[in-house]
Amino acid sequence: MGVEPVQAGPEAPPVRLTQSPAVRVGLSISIATGLYGVSFGALSVTSGLDFWQTMALSLLLFSGGSQFAFIGVVAGGGSGVAAMSAATLLGMRNGIYGMQLNALLRPRGWRRFAAAHVTIDESTATSTGQTDPAEQRRGFWTAGIGIFVLWNLFTAVGALAGAALGDPKQWGLDGAAVAAFLGLLWPRLKGREPVAIAVVCALATVLAVPLVPAGVPILVAAAVAAVVGWFSHGRSDEGLEPDVDPYAEQHHGHGSGRGPGEAS
Amino acid sequence: MTLWLWLLLSCVLAYAWKLVGYLVPASVLRNPRMSRIAGTMTIGLLASLTVVNTVASGQSLALDARLGALAAAAVALWFRAPFLVVVLAGAGAAAGLRLLGWN
Repeated sequence: MGVEPVQAGPEAPPVRLTQSPAVRVGLSISIATGLYGVSFGALSVTSGLDFWQTMALSLLLFSGGSQFAFIGVVAGGGSGVAAMSAATLLGMRNGIYGMQLNALLRPRGWRRFAAAHVTIDESTATSTGQTDPAEQRRGFWTAGIGIFVLWNLFTAVGALAGAALGDPKQWGLDGAAVAAFLGLLWPRLKGREPVAIAVVCALATVLAVPLVPAGVPILVAAAVAAVVGWFSHGRSDEGLEPDVDPYAEQHHGHGSGRGPGEAS
Repeated sequence: MTLWLWLLLSCVLAYAWKLVGYLVPASVLRNPRMSRIAGTMTIGLLASLTVVNTVASGQSLALDARLGALAAAAVALWFRAPFLVVVLAGAGAAAGLRLLGWN
């Protein structure tokens, strides 16, 4: 781990990286998030995507939830259009994060385009969890770049391992996909309304499966959720929790996820 | 080949969402309703993806070893296991139930 002095901005004094709390949080969230790239890589190749399609998703799409959505629809026999629609609808929240980060960090020139690419749940949460502007900037870039590098590295590892496994069902990889989606949903189920939305959308999905082509039930659920969002008066940041909470240690001592019982 | 097309289009659209937040004036986007829809849609899509991957088999519903995976994952999450442990619990439950003969 580097101990080089870094220049956070034109006016900020040099600070040792290891002394910056945002950099430490950014590095640990990079490792935690990067590691689960293994499960994405393995599930992607067993869903029927090849190695380079899997890598293209991690390198270019680079948003965990949307990537899992894309392969989840393909694995269920859905069309490419349905996979794209689910991934794109799930990516909408990154636009909200971009707006928050733009107000917070004000990146200029080419940095703005680089910042946009690494604007995801975890880099946003690492940055907005800090109060000092220089720390916010360091947290964003450390988490964003760190996750990008490790996520892609571990996606490749998972894709190669998954391709070597043989029959995916024998290893329970379809069960792994179920667990992955529940794991992505879980941290967002804080309070009564998110749980109600999840239940209603789950029911809508079950009803829609026999009636419409594969992949489409997910879009039906998205439409139901959008209608609920339009009319509801809940918290405006509901559902915008990160997959892995960078500040979980500080909130709870040990362990990472947060249970649905803990309404904030 | 067409899968590549939709895949690359997904990548372009994902980047477009991210960039729009940086380029569009905040006054246009700072709308609580937009933000709420982004949030409820994230919950709805993930709930739906969980269900589809658990009980859908093409256009029909099936109750099989994947239900065990869902239960095992829920238990792991309840005990605040890290994401990777949750995924392994799901895989282990599905593989184990199949070994025991439940499809």
